[in-house]
Amino acid sequence: MPVLNIKKFSFTYPGVDHPSLKNINLPIKKNKITALIGPSGCGKSTLLRSMNRIHDLYPGNKYEGKIEFTDENKQISDILDIKKENEFIELRQKIGMIFQKPTPFPMSIFDNVAYGLKIAGVKNKTELADRVEVALKGSALWKEVHDRLNKSAMGLSGGQQQRLCIARAVAVKPEVLLFDEPTSALDPISTGAIEELIVELKKDVSIAIVTHNMQQASRISDYTAFMYLGDLVEYDKTENIFLNPKEKKTEDYITGRFG
Amino acid sequence: MRLLINKIFLSLSVLSALIGLAFLAWILITLFIKGLGSFHFGLFLNDLIDGGLRNLIIGQFILAGLASIIGIPLGMAAGIYIQEYGQGRYANIIRDLSDIMMSAPSIVIGAFVYAVVVVPTGGTSGFAGAIALAIMMIPVVINTTDNMLSLVPRELREAGIALGASKYKVIIDIVIKAAKVGIMTGILLAFARIIGETAPLLFTSETSNYFSLNLTESFPSLTVSIYDLANEPEEASRDLAWAASFILTVLVLIINLSGRFITRNKK
Repeated sequence: MPVLNIKKFSFTYPGVDHPSLKNINLPIKKNKITALIGPSGCGKSTLLRSMNRIHDLYPGNKYEGKIEFTDENKQISDILDIKKENEFIELRQKIGMIFQKPTPFPMSIFDNVAYGLKIAGVKNKTELADRVEVALKGSALWKEVHDRLNKSAMGLSGGQQQRLCIARAVAVKPEVLLFDEPTSALDPISTGAIEELIVELKKDVSIAIVTHNMQQASRISDYTAFMYLGDLVEYDKTENIFLNPKEKKTEDYITGRFG
Repeated sequence: MRLLINKIFLSLSVLSALIGLAFLAWILITLFIKGLGSFHFGLFLNDLIDGGLRNLIIGQFILAGLASIIGIPLGMAAGIYIQEYGQGRYANIIRDLSDIMMSAPSIVIGAFVYAVVVVPTGGTSGFAGAIALAIMMIPVVINTTDNMLSLVPRELREAGIALGASKYKVIIDIVIKAAKVGIMTGILLAFARIIGETAPLLFTSETSNYFSLNLTESFPSLTVSIYDLANEPEEASRDLAWAASFILTVLVLIINLSGRFITRNKK
């Protein structure tokens, strides 16, 4: 049973006639990494951003179809049905997101990681400290920052900031993590560290990652979805997509004939 | 040929810059010479009635401070609304109105407050002066808040939302914090601007020769007193006006420089 099951999903931005995503069917499988690849403007980020309804920050979007979310208690709910503020908060604590540019908040390293926990209602100081430590260890950042938790997060390097953002997302124990080109603003060494971390994380969470980098998709993902102009062209195990694609378009893209 | 045109242009702009700077230097030098000539520390100890400026300086700060207490929250709230909540037309209308207000002549604002506050309450008062200054200040604060918030990257707001925070929490905890330095600098500059204003106070708070904390009557104001003193026939009054102008200029300069200092240190 996939943790997210996208069914006949279409998405239209406000003020646009035609949908940016058309009739998408895609599972995000439990404890696997699913990569979304495709040329710029194919809708991969739009699809990812539908999974936690972050689009709703801007009014006027139109969703059609279903995105079924199966939580840890095997309860199935449709993400697109959510209307109430508290349900959104719950959704986003279960489905976390990491962005292209690192987004440390202008506060201390500790407060960054504790931010989501405080929103989730964790008030006990010791529990906060414990969970921040676990999250930072889980993001391979603890060793580098344990002696300066009260320093501003803005002083970290880009790669460290991105790992901090992952720690922040992991701290609230989400079930799914959405990565929106998490390494495209980073140098190769930081990219390697983040990739390792993502693979490490799939023990505990299910992952969907948008990437421009096909090598990255082939290195870390278990499943790959190729999208083109708002359509899902092909979805399969990653090795099949890269070694033995069924669609001509997929083959053209992964061999670099366009994109 | 191109080199020649280049040289002509360069000399023209250097010349214009020098002319501009020369006038500024002239003003400052005159002010320093005339001001320092009649400056002594006794000015800070006596009120105007005894030939000092103490009540005026304190009064000016109280007026500007009270204006800030009114103007900063209102301006910031409006700026936050425009940038974070307002959509399209409404936000733009408020933004335009605020821009128009910013360029409204200060004497007009003084006249407006005279009509809606001074006349109904039966006389000039510190409150009326503070309200006039607050009206001067609000559009500047709106503009600064609006601009500084617009520099906060969209992703930072999205990251807050993606952690489950509600919109208002994201604004208060994250967005305003990220824009804090810029907003503070803007507010300081707005304060520096209103503390040197005369026209809005001229017929709202007027001024007073005595020390006063009573905001319901005419209130001591450094700028209005400079205006009055400069119009007096006696030499001594005009010397006092120079000294007051000197003190005011130094105050405004200090506030301005500290605004710049904050910005530079944070970057």
